[in-house]
Amino acid sequence: MRTRPNCLLLAAVLLAIPAAHAAAQGAVQDAPTQTLRIALREDADMLDPTLARSFVGRIVFAGLCDKLFDINEKLEIIPQLATGYEWADSKTLLLHLRPDVLFQDGTRMDADAVKYSLERHLTMQASARRGEVSAIDHIEIVDPLTVRVVLKTANAPFVSQLTDRAGMIVSPKAAMAEGKDFALHPVCAGPFSFKERVAQDRIVLDRFPQYWDAKDIHFAQVIYQPQVNSSVRLANLQAGAIDLSENIVPSDVDAVRKDPKLKLVLSPALGYNSLNINVGHGPRANSPIGSDPRIRQAFELSIDREALIQVVYNGMFTPLAQAVPSASPFYDAAVKPPARDVARAKALLQAAGAKLPVPVSMTLSNSPDIQQLGEVIQSMAAEAGFDVKLNTMEFASSLDAADRGDFETYMIAWSGRIDADGNLWNFLHSGGPLNYPGYNSPEMDSLLDQARAVTDLPARQALYAKVAALSAKDLPIIYLYNPQNIVGMSAKLSGFSPVPDGIIRVQGMSMAK
Amino acid sequence: MKGSLGTRLLQVLPTLLLVSMMVFGLQQLMPGDPALVLAGEEHDPQVVAQIRAELWLDRPIPVQYLHWIGNVLHGNLGYSWRIRQPVVELIAQKLPVTLQLSLMAFIIALCIGIPMGVLSAVKKNSIWDYLANGVGLAGLSTPNFWLGIMLILLISVDLGWLPPSGYVSPWEDWRQSLATTIMPAFVLGNAIAAVLMRHTRSAMLTALDQDFVRTARAKGLPSHVVILRHALRNALVPVVTLGALELGTLLSGAVLTEQVFSIPGFGKLIVDAVFNRDYPVVQGVVLVTAGIYVGLNLLADILYVLINPRMRTA
Repeated sequence: MRTRPNCLLLAAVLLAIPAAHAAAQGAVQDAPTQTLRIALREDADMLDPTLARSFVGRIVFAGLCDKLFDINEKLEIIPQLATGYEWADSKTLLLHLRPDVLFQDGTRMDADAVKYSLERHLTMQASARRGEVSAIDHIEIVDPLTVRVVLKTANAPFVSQLTDRAGMIVSPKAAMAEGKDFALHPVCAGPFSFKERVAQDRIVLDRFPQYWDAKDIHFAQVIYQPQVNSSVRLANLQAGAIDLSENIVPSDVDAVRKDPKLKLVLSPALGYNSLNINVGHGPRANSPIGSDPRIRQAFELSIDREALIQVVYNGMFTPLAQAVPSASPFYDAAVKPPARDVARAKALLQAAGAKLPVPVSMTLSNSPDIQQLGEVIQSMAAEAGFDVKLNTMEFASSLDAADRGDFETYMIAWSGRIDADGNLWNFLHSGGPLNYPGYNSPEMDSLLDQARAVTDLPARQALYAKVAALSAKDLPIIYLYNPQNIVGMSAKLSGFSPVPDGIIRVQGMSMAK
Repeated sequence: MKGSLGTRLLQVLPTLLLVSMMVFGLQQLMPGDPALVLAGEEHDPQVVAQIRAELWLDRPIPVQYLHWIGNVLHGNLGYSWRIRQPVVELIAQKLPVTLQLSLMAFIIALCIGIPMGVLSAVKKNSIWDYLANGVGLAGLSTPNFWLGIMLILLISVDLGWLPPSGYVSPWEDWRQSLATTIMPAFVLGNAIAAVLMRHTRSAMLTALDQDFVRTARAKGLPSHVVILRHALRNALVPVVTLGALELGTLLSGAVLTEQVFSIPGFGKLIVDAVFNRDYPVVQGVVLVTAGIYVGLNLLADILYVLINPRMRTA
């Protein structure tokens, strides 16, 4: 009997809430809207540029920590905390720093801070930046606004490393005081200072009034909200609960386009998705596809990349047959994705003396789109005489299997770096930590090492063209496509510049009232 | 009584210790190397080795366990390997959220499930019965995930009445707090309401068929008094037991619903921690959840003894 009043009360509350909420919304709308709410595909990891590893973390850092250099839409290196650089010789880099830059704790950003931050990347335990700055031999302070970085050997991609987390300068005072807990209270020289973080819910940054480029900042606050599900991100965008969402999935693109309150910004990404083939990583390299390049070529010829992209990603991505996307100056137009040719694939299998059907095990992570890619490739390859078995597992397990060499073929994506070296050396060099295929070619090693050491752009382009051709011949990795960064945002937002690295830069963005 | 209570209290520690060993041991069976996951996209082997050393992952499992449990006994659950926040702090952030959501869902479930169960039993084989059964079946078979998305699309996107996701603490702004939690609470409550409805219906049907109900009717009591005061009271015993169990399940986290509505509760915390191999968070949350269960059980036992004097000698 006592349940009835409870129900009446609940009904009253249920009716009252929307009204109360609408009233609250009305009140908010009268005040200037100066908060920018950005949805992220997952929660960021540690907010310490030295220890951070996740992609979305880089998006949060764009609001929090300025870098020595940045990149623009054309992938050109542009000044940020450094006003410029010059090579004194092939191993000595001079960095000229911007004067009058303050950290968010009021201390000065100068040559000491740059030296401290770069050395922190090099020496801190479990630093995720070590590999990016390992070329550094030592750092000298020339004057408060000039730093001399001496490298162990000539390293052309080094400056490009300073356009990302390795180039982020932290406040030495805060970093020394906090130690490993710096991630809980990060202090940098970016446009917004850290306010609070509720794990899996929000990261709140407040405008830093003394920011060196304060005139380009038009928000009082930025809130980053992790929303794992793509439909949820879309619904939040449509409802106006967030102002901008990164990583809109291709199947949601039409919904954003049709909504007059929203707009879509597309830009080619720096990365790729690929099929790594175990050619020399432990006993599982002894599979038919791992032991004969003709069988790998036949496999590649059985795949119709255009159709694959059409089916899984509504045709929004670009077919690719090399590690470098077409937006990069190192892209080699001569290495085109081969058209599907089942007859030639069959002929290659016959020439290799393969017994049909050729068994191929494909390891892939269990996200829906990746599984779909696997299924489409499975049916395409079957027509050429392959029997593809899909070995689906959760991402961490698949990574572990790949690292141990426990796979025949492994589908994995790479987010991409602006310099070709970042998309190639680690993957195709015999000493590369991400060389899952176990590919070991002295010729490839030599080309990659040379391309690192030469600073002249045409010479590097020529070397990378040879790398692309050799990789397409040996096929330790079959590159599939180059994705796009798809950002959905409120139509009221303006000033967003889509840079291929997919990072959301707040500078210049503003919201119409 | 004191003796039995003492025995129960003594059982709590070994139970929790066993849970801690089980969760630690089971975790080791999970494929995937935490150091590799933590090292990120560019997992440099040197960095992976350093992470292993820093997190004691290069030591034997019993040593790792003793290190962890030693810290736990000093009130230190460790820190999240992924974001470096102390686990105690994370739990303190998430527990009130899950508690609020669970209680709201439970109230909604009671308010829908019990009246519907009573109605369908009293009006057996009528249109009301079929309707209630249909609604119950729909509630049981609708996936929370789907219902959540549909509600967001209808109520937030189309009608703009409620925020689609997020969470605001009631201490910060109670209206916003209700606005953000009412939809997820309804989604969760809806499924439990269906279970409660089915159980209330069958318990009521049994009760309505019994002699004391016939006697009450023969005494000339009005129908609603017979149903609500006599039959329902008796029928509620198994329903309350079931309700308590469902509440326990809710407290251990409603993963999908939290995911859809971006509610930062226990479920989301533990799932993310498992995927990121953030072992201290997984261990901490499971241990605290087990502690809550054991604590509630102990409380129930104490209450049982206090209420029923016959238990004191048992």
